[in-house]
Amino acid sequence: MNAAASVSAPAAVAKRPKRPRGSRLRAAALALPLVAFIVVTFIAPLGTMLVRSVHAPVVADAMSETVALLGDWDGGSLPAEAVFATAARELLKAREDRVIGQVATRVNRVQAGLRSAVTRTARRLRGLQPESWRAAMIETHAAWGEVDTWRALLLAGERYTGRNYLHALDLKRDAAGDIVAQPSEQRIYMALLARTLAVSLAITLLCLLLGYPVAYFIAHAPPGRANWLLLLVLVPFWTSLLVRTTSWIVLLQSQGVVNDLLVLIGLVNDDERLALIYNLNGTLVAMTHVLLPFMVLPLYSVMRTIPATHMSAAASLGAGFGKAFWRVYWPQTLPGVGAGSLLVFILSIGYYITPALVGGRTGQLISNMIAFHMQQSLNWGLAAALGGILLACVVALYLVYDRLVGVERMKLG
Amino acid sequence: MDTQDPSRRPTSGEGAGAKTADVYVEFNGVHKTYDGVTPIVRDLHLTVREGEFLTLLGPSGSGKTTCLMMLAGFEAPSAGAIRIDGRAVDAVPPRKRNIGMVFQNYALFPHMTVGANLAFPLQVRGLDRAAVAERVHRALRLVRLEGFEDRHPNQLSGGQQQRVAIARALVFEPRLVLMDEPLGALDRRLREEMQFEIRRIQRTLGVTVVYVTHDQQEAMAMSDRVAVFNAGRIEQVDSPEVLYEEPRRPFVASFIGDNNLLRGRVAAVDGDTCDVRVGDVVINAFMVTRHEVGDDVVLAVRPERTGLVSEAGTYTNEFVLRVEDMAFLGDHLRVLTNIGGHGFVVKIPNIVGHGGVLAGEGVHIGWATLDCRAMRPPEDESSD
Repeated sequence: MNAAASVSAPAAVAKRPKRPRGSRLRAAALALPLVAFIVVTFIAPLGTMLVRSVHAPVVADAMSETVALLGDWDGGSLPAEAVFATAARELLKAREDRVIGQVATRVNRVQAGLRSAVTRTARRLRGLQPESWRAAMIETHAAWGEVDTWRALLLAGERYTGRNYLHALDLKRDAAGDIVAQPSEQRIYMALLARTLAVSLAITLLCLLLGYPVAYFIAHAPPGRANWLLLLVLVPFWTSLLVRTTSWIVLLQSQGVVNDLLVLIGLVNDDERLALIYNLNGTLVAMTHVLLPFMVLPLYSVMRTIPATHMSAAASLGAGFGKAFWRVYWPQTLPGVGAGSLLVFILSIGYYITPALVGGRTGQLISNMIAFHMQQSLNWGLAAALGGILLACVVALYLVYDRLVGVERMKLG
Repeated sequence: MDTQDPSRRPTSGEGAGAKTADVYVEFNGVHKTYDGVTPIVRDLHLTVREGEFLTLLGPSGSGKTTCLMMLAGFEAPSAGAIRIDGRAVDAVPPRKRNIGMVFQNYALFPHMTVGANLAFPLQVRGLDRAAVAERVHRALRLVRLEGFEDRHPNQLSGGQQQRVAIARALVFEPRLVLMDEPLGALDRRLREEMQFEIRRIQRTLGVTVVYVTHDQQEAMAMSDRVAVFNAGRIEQVDSPEVLYEEPRRPFVASFIGDNNLLRGRVAAVDGDTCDVRVGDVVINAFMVTRHEVGDDVVLAVRPERTGLVSEAGTYTNEFVLRVEDMAFLGDHLRVLTNIGGHGFVVKIPNIVGHGGVLAGEGVHIGWATLDCRAMRPPEDESSD
């Protein structure tokens, strides 16, 4: 038996160098379905969305010759007859190809009010063989007689454009092509982005404030109790988001439990019930609740690794609880604080459902605006640009975190 | 001021000085229970003298660490009082006791450098920057780690971390230092080196040390006195020599070094000695405690205090015993025999004369009365 063991041992040693490559390949092959899944469902859509934010080929394709001719145009006066003729021909072609609606939308985004100019002209010019296309086009729609219309057409003909990003940043190009701020009544995205960042920061701080003591308590509870407490943290996590959000509505609405209670104990008059939901407050409360586990779990996992003797040692060295906590315990939990905060912050700046349900008007975040542009206004380019800016914020944040704390120190649970 | 200078504290010295010094720590009837039923520490009386190195020795669960934690203030006695330097400390929180503590796994703060770890207790006490730097430097020199200020604990070996932990417990110059199995995580060689090191530092500073370990050799090597714990009680407190030579309880006899324990009944008493019947033989023994004829006793005979009888009458106890098994261990021969129905181990030095010992044969063994101690058996102890 001993002899057999001693014989097989060197054989195993001799085999070993061969194994890793085969098993590594096999392990990699097992991961392939996931990789394919991620590529198809995440990277590809994300990529096309980001491309869409700068790539707008509709006009450039449908009216390529017109755009090319306009390239040589001085921009001061109306273009030459040849340009009108080409434009008319390409508009008719676009109508035949059934892309005239997209062209009209695209041009209209550059300059509001041009949609009808495009569609009506394409409709009315059909079958005409006028001597002057210029006269005919201006007759169908007066806009063709204005220099700005042609400038808009030229801009809409850009295959690659930063216009969506400018728009998302509340900027635009003026007539001279310089980048200027939008008129103040149209500046909505930056304010929304600022609100999103502020709300996310507030939620992160709330989660930290509420989650830190909970994590501390669980991490230093006896093992049996710790499991139960952890379960209490996780049960809401397993409950449907919709159910949880709806229960906040039940609690916080003006005829809800909280208001009823406040009225009952006389803190609030019946006719002055507090508006606790369908506003920023609703978004804050519900999102803090939803995201709390993402803070507690990384904190808990870091705190569990800190030996209890550290606090005892600090006490024996003469430090009171406060000093011991701030100088010995808190610094050691920073990787967890960083991971939890980053997680909560990143999740909340992209959060959509909860603010949509309980945010009312003042509690809407930038993701709700993105959804609006995706589903209602169908301005996918702008939606993509807003998404791109959000993504840039997250990446910037990650880099700052890496610089300050070091990503390799992050502990996610 | 140089901490290496032994003249700094008059009480420091070779341990002999410490023995005449004042009582520094006193446990007076201390009782500890967590659930109100199971006692962890029972009616404990213990004094630690100023400048003394006292070790609490015992198996795990014997209450020694609980005693240390009560002294440090992390646990409160259920009954009784602890005094440090004459003052009752029941109401004094750990941070105000001014006791240096070395934890089992060092408890160095991993996010701080060695220098910051050592500076921590000084900064907490509000020392200025220059004084802190000077004391940190001095403490590091004491443990022979000069120049390690900027390292982090995880960049140090186990032995170095241990030295830092000791330096941190000493840097604020406490008069009492507690050590909770500080060498448990080190390998054997390092442990022996650190034993001398800790002893050297303790003698240099003349600081009072209460040390907890379950390793009897460690306790013997380092301590002025050892308190042997068993089941929440102190069995005996004495210097290592006395514990070894004159154990007063069967537990101490078996825990410190090797001992053959034989149960028997007193057959005759003569002054300090008695005849004890063990099975079919009668053994003459020295009485540690007074016994009357008919008392049950336990006899303790150390294997190395027995000898081959070359000439009858050399020892007061001489028997021919059957060799049941034997092992050659280089410097000695370990022989398992049987006396009065008890297994009995005999250690025969590797010098002339052991060649005649053969398994299955008889061997003529003897020992002196003073090397055979008659003690009260452990069952009786609950009644006292």
